[in-house]
Amino acid sequence: METTGSSGQPERIVAIPLRHPVRNVVAVVIILIVVLFVVDAAFFRPAYDWPAVGKYIFDVRVSQAALVTIELTVLAMVGAIVLGTLLAVMRLSPNPVLKSVAWAYLWIFRGTPVYVQLVFWGLLATIYKTISVGVPFSSDVLFSWTTQDAISVFWLAVIGLALNEAAYMAEIVRAGMLSVDPGQSEASTALGMSWSQTMRRIIIPQSMRVIIPPTGNEVISMLKTTSLVTAVPLSTELYTRTRDISAETFNPIPLLIVASIWYLFFTSLLMVGQYFLERRFARGSRFVDVGPGQENPTVLVGATPTAPVEAQPGTSTEGRSS
Amino acid sequence: MTEPLASTPMVIADRVVKSFGSHTVLKDISLTVNRGEVVCVIGPSGSGKSTFLRCINHLEKLDGGRLTVDGELIGYRQRGDKIYELKPKEAAAQRKDIGMVFQRFNLFPHLTVLENIMEAPLQVKRQSRAAASARALELLARVGLAEKAKAYPASLSGGQQQRVAIARALAMDPKLMLFDEPTSALDPELVGEVLDVMKQLAKDGMTMIVVTHEMGFAREVADSLVFMDGGVVVERGDPREVLTNPQQDRTKAFLSKVL
Repeated sequence: METTGSSGQPERIVAIPLRHPVRNVVAVVIILIVVLFVVDAAFFRPAYDWPAVGKYIFDVRVSQAALVTIELTVLAMVGAIVLGTLLAVMRLSPNPVLKSVAWAYLWIFRGTPVYVQLVFWGLLATIYKTISVGVPFSSDVLFSWTTQDAISVFWLAVIGLALNEAAYMAEIVRAGMLSVDPGQSEASTALGMSWSQTMRRIIIPQSMRVIIPPTGNEVISMLKTTSLVTAVPLSTELYTRTRDISAETFNPIPLLIVASIWYLFFTSLLMVGQYFLERRFARGSRFVDVGPGQENPTVLVGATPTAPVEAQPGTSTEGRSS
Repeated sequence: MTEPLASTPMVIADRVVKSFGSHTVLKDISLTVNRGEVVCVIGPSGSGKSTFLRCINHLEKLDGGRLTVDGELIGYRQRGDKIYELKPKEAAAQRKDIGMVFQRFNLFPHLTVLENIMEAPLQVKRQSRAAASARALELLARVGLAEKAKAYPASLSGGQQQRVAIARALAMDPKLMLFDEPTSALDPELVGEVLDVMKQLAKDGMTMIVVTHEMGFAREVADSLVFMDGGVVVERGDPREVLTNPQQDRTKAFLSKVL
């Protein structure tokens, strides 16, 4: 902010900053506790067995399992986002049948535990022994597979996770679309753009700002939910694999740490990715730098730096003893 | 191509009716706007001015009457005495020739000023990027904002945003421009710059229907002034005539409050 007065500068506030003695004491105490815990864990707790952590962290069985976990996460999320977007559009459509179908889907898949659903998917081959393609209401069968051969346990796990997650993604996408001002679709309709052009070019890009943060949450949540696919049962992912190894070594704690480190590593990667995605879709938002041509800095709420109250030279600082 | 006569009608509204549920907003509107004519529509809020404007480019579906733009029935197709609803694609094709400017600007906030103007020519008219960009820059210069091409709408003042919105509508080379209270959301000191752009547009011969509260603009620019109230056209005439010497009591009552 600049202040221009013809008769000299207005008097500046020269204030002695507020002290926070309690804050400092609390900070020191907390840091001490953390340091003590780390030192204790590093040197005085043999159960952590850090050498074993180092030995297994890059064990090929573990890193292969980590890859399976990432594959499950990515495939399930891609399926969930596609299906969730479809469900969201269905829920917002004027067609009452589509609306009810989408609602019923949400009711079932959000209303039952994902673990239970995964067990169900594991039993798919028991319920539906064969998958056949034929002419309806006749005995002609064109193709037929036994379910067990047609769908592997891995894909059952992907389907189970994706279908559950789609119910949550549908609500996130719907919220995103509802957050866009109706004037936007009106303007693009008035320009002669079709419904799909309006959705693709105007509504969805704007709804992304609202959709991405909770979707980032969901991806991280999915990464961890993959540890439940043992219910299908799929045993090649990270958590089950480390449990299996520790069942042989009778040393579960270091392997839990190994699994945690891998999960944390992936989560960190995802958080970095989310940061860049958010920046990409924040273009034009008043909360980011809008680039050249800005002449109305008051709209840049989020970017307005708080002006520090400068201490003038010669200001009394004697009271700053602690 | 034959040069159209100046007096041929661009918009013919014939006994137009529009209801929302049980509430009839447009009771019986008949109005003809000729090619190159500038018509200002005034009236109290809730009189149906905006709804009428939105009917002209089929943002609202008519419930009764006929509405044609440049001889083409809007929103429907008539075969014999049967009327068929248009497919969304056909309705979109009708809208692309009708420009609309909104009270709240409705610029696309995720696109730069230039991209806002290029969007419809690229998507709807399938113009080349170079052609659309050249045309957009030319229009921006025309509304006096050539240096804002790369800015995002949020960094512009309301008046600048509305001028961009006008340029965006013009980029589709419309034969008719609809203005829905284009200056009502603006700070008073920004109204002039938008009206100046509209005056220039009128001078260039654009057919315009302007819903407005700017009586000065109506007096100076409009060829004809329409006063609407309660879903009907109460009075229509020369703007100076209607504003200084209204014939109907309802017009007199309204003008006595706003002038």
